Amino acid sequence: MSEFVFLFRGGEKLPSPADMQANMQKWGAWMNDLKAKGHFKGGEPLEDGGKLVSGRKKAVTDGPFAEAKDLIGGFMLVTARDLAHATELSMGCPIYERDGAVEVRPVMTMPR
Amino acid sequence: MSDAHATHEGGDELASLFRRESGRMTSALVRLFGPHNLPLAEDVVNDALCRALEVWKFSGVPENPAAWLMAAAKNRAIDVLRRERKARTIAPDVEYAIASDAALKPAVDEVFREEALRDEQLRMMFACCHARLPEEVQVALVLNLLSGFGVGEIAAAFLVSHAAMEKRLQRGKLALAESRGLLEVTPRVVAENLETVHSAIYLVFNEGYHGNHPAETVRAELCAEAIRLGTLLAESETTATPATQALLALMLLVAARLPGRVDANGELVPLDAQDRSRWNAELARRGREALEASARGDELTAWHVEAAIAFEHTTAASHAATPWGRIVSHYDTLLKMRPSPVVALSRAIAVGELEGPARALRELEAIAGRERLDHYPFYPAAIGEQLLRAGRRDEARASFGAALGMARSPSEKRFFERMITRCDGDGTRK
Repeated sequence: MSEFVFLFRGGEKLPSPADMQANMQKWGAWMNDLKAKGHFKGGEPLEDGGKLVSGRKKAVTDGPFAEAKDLIGGFMLVTARDLAHATELSMGCPIYERDGAVEVRPVMTMPR
Repeated sequence: MSDAHATHEGGDELASLFRRESGRMTSALVRLFGPHNLPLAEDVVNDALCRALEVWKFSGVPENPAAWLMAAAKNRAIDVLRRERKARTIAPDVEYAIASDAALKPAVDEVFREEALRDEQLRMMFACCHARLPEEVQVALVLNLLSGFGVGEIAAAFLVSHAAMEKRLQRGKLALAESRGLLEVTPRVVAENLETVHSAIYLVFNEGYHGNHPAETVRAELCAEAIRLGTLLAESETTATPATQALLALMLLVAARLPGRVDANGELVPLDAQDRSRWNAELARRGREALEASARGDELTAWHVEAAIAFEHTTAASHAATPWGRIVSHYDTLLKMRPSPVVALSRAIAVGELEGPARALRELEAIAGRERLDHYPFYPAAIGEQLLRAGRRDEARASFGAALGMARSPSEKRFFERMITRCDGDGTRK
C-alpha cells in the first residue's frame, strides 16, 4: 500500500441550501465508504483566504491566489495499491458534479 | 416545529435542515442588520452554509447541526458588524450594539435566541406578505427568504423561467429594502395584514398539493413548509386567531391524506380508490386539534368551512361512509362566502355521491362562471367520471380525452390516460 494526497480544486457554487445539503451528504457517503474500506488517513477543508509568501524577497501578498476554478478547497490523505487504484478511488468524489477537479499525487517515499 | 417535516420525510432529523435553518438565520440577521441590508444578511447565511458544507463533508454532521450553523452565522455576523460599523447604517434599534466591541456579542446572541427567532420569522412573514406587493411576489419572497428555497426551485414549482423568478424576487427584495425596519407584529398590524399572510401560506400549500412540480418530494416539502409557517402563526398569541387555527387545520387535514395520493409507481390515485391506512394519523390528529382550537369566538371564515370539509374526508372510515350530505351543505356555505367555479365543481361531485350521476351532470353544467374552468382539466374529467358512472362510455371517453389535452404535468397526463382506458373496460378502477 502507498500513500496518496487528493487535492480538491474548484467546483461550481451550488444554487440553493437544499443543493448544498445534498452535496454535503454525498461527500459524507463517499468519505464513509473510504473510511469503511480503510483508505482514508485524514483530510481537512481549507479557508478561501490566506497569505502568499514568495520569492527571494519573501514578498507577502493576500490570498486568494488563483481563479476560483483552480483554488484548492481541501486535501485528503489516502492509502491505495498504486496510482491507478488511487485514481479509481477519486472517481466517487462528488466534486465532479460541480465541474471541479481532484489532483491525485503520490506521496514520495524513501527507499528502504 | 419540524415534526410536520419529519412525518413527510420519514423522520429524518436532517431533512431540509439547510433550507429550514437558512430561513431562520435570514430572519434573525435582517432583524440585526435592518431590511435595507438584506443582501448582507443573505451573504452571511450563505457563508454559514458554505462553511458547514466544507467542514461537514470532511468531519461528518455534528451532533446539533442547527446550533452549529447558528454559531457560524453569529461569528460571521460579528465580523460583519465590526467591519461595517462605519461604512453602513445598521438597524436603528441595534445601533447601540455596534458602538462597542463588548456589546456586539450579546446583541448578536439576542437575535438568535429561540423565542426571538420565532418573532423574527413572524415579522419576516408579515414583511414578505405586505399588501402592496402582488400575491405572486409575496409567495416567492416567503419561499426564498423564510423557507430557503433557491430561485431555480421556486421557478420550477411555479412553471416560470429562472430569469422571470429572479426578477420577481428582485422586485420584492427592493420593496423590502425600502423599509427602514420591519413592522412589529402588533395587534393592529395583525388585524390589517393577517388575511394576506394566510392567503400566501395557503398558496404555498396549494402549490405543493395541486402544483406542477414533477417531483412528489418537492411538492411534499412545499406542503410541509406551509404547515411550518402556519404553525408559527398558531404558536404566537397575537397571530393565533380562529382563522389561523382553521387554516392550519385545513392544511394538516389535507396533508394527512398525501401519503395515499400516489401509489407505489408514483401514479395519482383518486380519493375513492386511496388506501386510507396509508394516511397520516398524526397529522390528522393535529388537524382535529387545530379545528377544535379554531371554534372559539363567533368568527366563521372560509378557512373554517374548508377545514370542516377536509375533516369529513380525512376522518371517514371509507369513501362510501363519507357524510356526503354534510359535505354538500358545507360547500353551500362556502359558495356563499367565496363564490368560485372550482368550489362549485367540488360541490357538484359531492352531490353526485349523494344523488347519482344524472344529478351531478346537471349541477356540473349549471356551474356559474364555468367558462373560467375552460383550461382546468379536472372539469372535463369530473364530467367524464359521471358519464362513465351513468354508463355513457363514448361520451365519457371524449371528456377524459379533453382533460388529457389540458393536463399540466406528466402525472396528470398518465392519470387521464388511465381514465380513458377505464372507458374501454368494465368501468372499474385497476
